[in-house]
Order: sequence, then structure tokens, then C-alpha cells
Amino acid sequence: MPFYRAHVLVCCGNTCAVRGGRALLQLLAKEVEQKGLAHEIRVVETGCLGISEHGPAMVVYPEGVVYAGVKASDVPDIVEEHLLKGRIVERLVYRGQQAAPLEPAAKLTYFGKQQKIILQNCGVIDPRSIEEYIAVGGYEGLGKALTQMTPMQVVEEVKNSGLRGRGGAAFPAGLKWEGVADAPGLNKVVICNADEGEPGNFKDRLILEGDPHLVLEAMVIAGYAVGANKGYVYIRGEYRQSVDNFEHAIAEARKIGLLGTNIFDSGFDFDVFVYKGAGAYVCGEETALIESLEGQRGEPRLKPPFPTAHGLWGLPTLVNNVETLANVPHIISQGAYWFSGIGTERSKGTKIFSPCGDVLTPGVIEVPFGISVREVLYDIAGGPKGADIKAVLIGGPSGVVIGQESFDRKFAFEDLSPGAGAMIVIDETKCMVDIAANCLKFFADESCGQCVPCREGCKRMLDVLEGWTRGLGDSGELEMIKRLGRGMQLASRCGLGQFAPVALLSSMELFEEEFRAHVVDHVCPAGVCDMHETAVEIEEQLTWPK
Amino acid sequence: MAINESCCCSAEEEAAVQAAINDFEPIRTNLIPILHRIQDELGQIPGWAMEAVADKLDIPLADVWGTASFYTMFDLKGRAKHIIRLCESPPCHITGAKKVLEALKDELGIEPGEVTEDGLFGLELVSCFGVCGVAPAMIVDHQVYGNLTPEMVPDVIAKYREG
Repeated sequence: MPFYRAHVLVCCGNTCAVRGGRALLQLLAKEVEQKGLAHEIRVVETGCLGISEHGPAMVVYPEGVVYAGVKASDVPDIVEEHLLKGRIVERLVYRGQQAAPLEPAAKLTYFGKQQKIILQNCGVIDPRSIEEYIAVGGYEGLGKALTQMTPMQVVEEVKNSGLRGRGGAAFPAGLKWEGVADAPGLNKVVICNADEGEPGNFKDRLILEGDPHLVLEAMVIAGYAVGANKGYVYIRGEYRQSVDNFEHAIAEARKIGLLGTNIFDSGFDFDVFVYKGAGAYVCGEETALIESLEGQRGEPRLKPPFPTAHGLWGLPTLVNNVETLANVPHIISQGAYWFSGIGTERSKGTKIFSPCGDVLTPGVIEVPFGISVREVLYDIAGGPKGADIKAVLIGGPSGVVIGQESFDRKFAFEDLSPGAGAMIVIDETKCMVDIAANCLKFFADESCGQCVPCREGCKRMLDVLEGWTRGLGDSGELEMIKRLGRGMQLASRCGLGQFAPVALLSSMELFEEEFRAHVVDHVCPAGVCDMHETAVEIEEQLTWPK
Repeated sequence: MAINESCCCSAEEEAAVQAAINDFEPIRTNLIPILHRIQDELGQIPGWAMEAVADKLDIPLADVWGTASFYTMFDLKGRAKHIIRLCESPPCHITGAKKVLEALKDELGIEPGEVTEDGLFGLELVSCFGVCGVAPAMIVDHQVYGNLTPEMVPDVIAKYREG
């Protein structure tokens, strides 16, 4: 391996690529070559740094300086000044939202309050090089599991770590693993759920794009622990770069024997296959995902039986979210004791959040459990973009709405559950009724139509809410919507219908005045809704029997 | 929605579909990967291609259609050359997707769900595709455009008009 005196890592994650990251990479490589530096400076494509709003971004090591908002015209400066003469190009240095003294990435506030475990390699290594992953300690966890531990010990380790599912449901991962390990049957399956579809979430994409080997390693460990020989990654079809990077990772791992037969000479065989989703939010539900993997319409199954006993083709199946799995190699290599020391008493480890909407620095961040909403919003994500923050939709449309009074609550399963990690920030200029209607529109579109409470419930709710945003509300509807919502929560077959009314109901409780203004007085306090359908028109529309 | 009956497929298209089918083991679990391949090759999934798939996998045509029509990435009508998919989920909604939609409607002269008269553009409203960090966003064919403003719309459209 040649020795380089400096590395330049250019973010080519989806969002930076949108802003021209890839063109920049090529330009930089050319410039370095022209200056005759190609043998001492390495230009690497990497996954997202989490500061997508300020992309395209790059990091120069060994200094660890982050440059953001780099344009093609800046490239000669970076090469000439920094790489050749060793002088940092100050005007391009990323300093978080305010001017801070020039410091390496690790010390910036934006990065400083974060604790990167899962994302530690994202933006640091080349995701398309297994050698780089191994160089930073990759596949050590797998080696340890396969050569020094029995499958049962691996399950115990995950149980002891206190790791819980990161897809939103927060089920203890160790118990799930134990369920599959204990299920009778010779053939078992591991599925990585990468069908990230909840609006506001894009963390799994970042992991898959930036560090695919981490997830791959975790799947092999999981296979060993539960006794499976096959793994499937179900990646949503829109994530082309994730699919590409993951397939590349699989090919690399097969080549050097980290996938296939007799891995690490342990006698254990395992292989992984990528399965592309085709655009259906409901397939993020584990049984719908399994149906889809079998080549069917993605309609959720009745539970029980749970996939741990009866999953893909009726086999015992372990389904874990990308982020959940990404914790596993670290837990195995550093131990459950180390992992359980991070976070709070009942929420172990870190959580990835994706603040977006009306916030200054949208992106992907990783923080230990126990951090307050305020810290994430103001210290890391930079606070509001314009007007004051009015509310935050935690986890996405299927999560809860919280207001200012809850900003000191802590993210933890025993306090404020983070859902899948989205934080959709809503400022004072926005209308909560309009946003609730928008959320319901999403569920009405995405309901698979299989069960009545969800199919009809989402549609009826949307109809009524759209009426409210047009000035067609009727005061009786406030109570009716709450009853309908409770019915959907109780009677829907899967999480989609059960959680569809949550954002609306929590929003109605917090912003009762705003909802009453729409429904009773036909006024939108934020001035967002077009309430032009006046009382006379309403009368006309209500001539049908009530 | 009816199956696109037109069978004016070229020999090339037919060969592409056959190649897609023959590349996979003919089992049910491969139905979606096969459909993906056909969608990529032809930009749509016509009725005759679905028939070929049903034959090979030995399942009813209705079953193939039922599955294909469940997923939004499969285009069973094949109407426009470029499909513009604008995200309307909350993060994009909050950051101004509605204004971008108005600009798109003005520029193209069509409503969501319609196709321009020249068959060049189709406009669709879709759910989140996970680039919320640069909301509001849209995808034209496979290219993602982020941090959109209404002013940017004419330039983007012009790029595709020129081909």
C-alpha cells in the first residue's frame, strides 16, 4: 500500500452529489495529478458527513479540516494553498452555524456534541474499499464472534448490551435474536430492513452509502448467532447509490472469503443478496417486506405468527433495521459492557437523528441517548432557519408532535421515544392543520388497502381535514375525528393504520386553539390555508341531509 | 387502469424483455427483480411483457398485473419520456414544495397525473424519497434535484426539452 501524506475525502453522498460533489471529485483528482501530487495525496470518494445543506463538503486529513460549499473555482486554491503549501483555505472552512475558531472537525460544536459510533466511518473511509474498512478495525467483530464465541454467546452479548430496535418500534434486539435462534428449523434467514420510507428519515441511506461493510458484517454475525445461512437486504428502489455500494461491498467480501463457505475457517457458511424495493412505504413493515421479498404485493400479514417463527417462505426470520444492525459489530468487538455504558439507564447506545424542515443545518447526526430535544435542535442543528420553532414532528408523520414546552425532554425510550429518528421542524409561519392534512395525505396514498380501518379511515380523515383547511369545518367534527382516530389505532392490521392518526391527535391536543379557529371560526391564524369558501358556500355544500 | 394492449413492440424490445426474463431463475420471488429490469430497459412495463413474464413464471397474468400495479416505481402506462416526480411529504411540504408545484404546472401546462401533449413530460406527486436534507426535492427520471425554488424550474425543464 503506498503511503500518502494527505487524504482528501470528498462527499459524494446523495445530497452532496446533487450539489455537484462528484464533479468536484473528478476536478480535484485532475488538479492533484497536474500538480504532480498524485503519489502523495489521495483523493477519495466518501459517504455523507451529515452537513448536506452546506454541501458539497470535503475533509482534508491529517488536519481534519472540513471544507463546505466548495465550488469548482475553489479547487485550484485548495490544491495550491492547502495541499501544496500547507495553508488552510480559511474562507471555505465549515464552522457550524456561527464563526468559531478554526479547529479540526472533531472539535466543532456541530460534531462536538455528537458521539459517532455507527457513523464513525462515514465520510472517513472509502465505502467502496474493503481494505479501508478492515484498516479501521472492520470485520474484527465478525472474527471475534466466529473464532472465539459460540452462537449462544453472541446472542447473550447482544441481549446484555441492551440494544433496542432503531426502526421505530424499539423492540429489544437480543430477544428477537434469541427468538430466531430458539425457533425450530434447519433453514433460517436474516433480513436487513433498508426500506426507509418514513418521510424525514434518511439515516439508513447514509449508513448504506457511507459504510456498507458495517451492515454486511453485522448481517454475517447475526446469521452466525441465529443459525441462518442466507441474508437479504431489502433496499428501497429509489436508493440507487445505496444499492450500488452495497452490491459492491458484497462482491468484495465474497472475493476475500468474508462471505461464502467456511468463513474464518469456522465451518460457518453465509451469503447475502440485495433485493430492491419498488416503491411502497408499507413494505417497511416487516411482514409486508417479507411478502414483497416473496414476489407478492406488499400487504402485511396477520401477527402472530411473528416472523421470528414463521417468516420468509415460512422459515424463522430475523428482521432488523439498518441502524440496529450497524451497532452489532461494535458491540461484539468492544463488548456489551462498553456499549451499555453509553446512553441512559433504559436506552443504551447512540441514536441517529435527521433534523430537517425549518432548521438551519439539516442533516444526519449521531448522539447518545439522554440528550434533550433542545440540544439537538439548537446546539447541533443550528436552531431555526427563520421564524421561531413552533413544533417538531418526531419520527416522521407516524410520530408525535411536540411543542416548545417539551424541548427539555430527553430522547430515550423511557422519556421521549425517538421513533426512527426524523425531526421535522416546523416554524411559527406554518399551519398545523395544513401539516396534519399533508401527513394524512401521505397515509391515504400509502395505505395498502387491505384492511378497512386504515383504508377508509385515512381517506375519511383526509377528506375532513382538507375541508378544515378550506373553511368547511363543523364543530362536531373535532370529536368525530378523535373517535375515528382511536378506532384506527385499535383496529388497523399493521402499524401504518395504527400510527397514521398519532400526529394529528397529538397536534390537536397541543394546538387546540389553532384547530378550533379553523373548524369553528373558519380562520387560519398562520394565514397558510386558503379559506375562501365562505359561509354562504358552505351552506350550499351542506344542503345534503346531515 | 387497463393493461397497455399495444403490441407494436420492436424486435429489440422483445429481445430485451426475453433477456431480462432469462437472466433470472423462473421462480415467484424473482418477479419484482424481473419487472425492475424491464422497467429499466423499456421505461415502462407493457402488457405484452407482463404476459411473457406470466408465461415464464407459470403464474396468472392477473397476478403479475396485481403485483406490478401495487408498486409505484413500475409504470404500466408508459406515457411520457421524462417523468417528473415531485415529493409532497411533510419535509418538502414545509419548505415550499407547493410553490415548486405551481411553477412546474405553469411551465408544463399540466396538472399532476397528466402528460404534456408532446408526450415529453409526465408530472407526478410522490412520497418521500429520502433527501429531506435538501428539501424541497424532485426526481426527473433518475436524477435528483434538491433545494428547489420556483425560479429554478424553467432551467431544469429546459435541459430535458433540449434533450
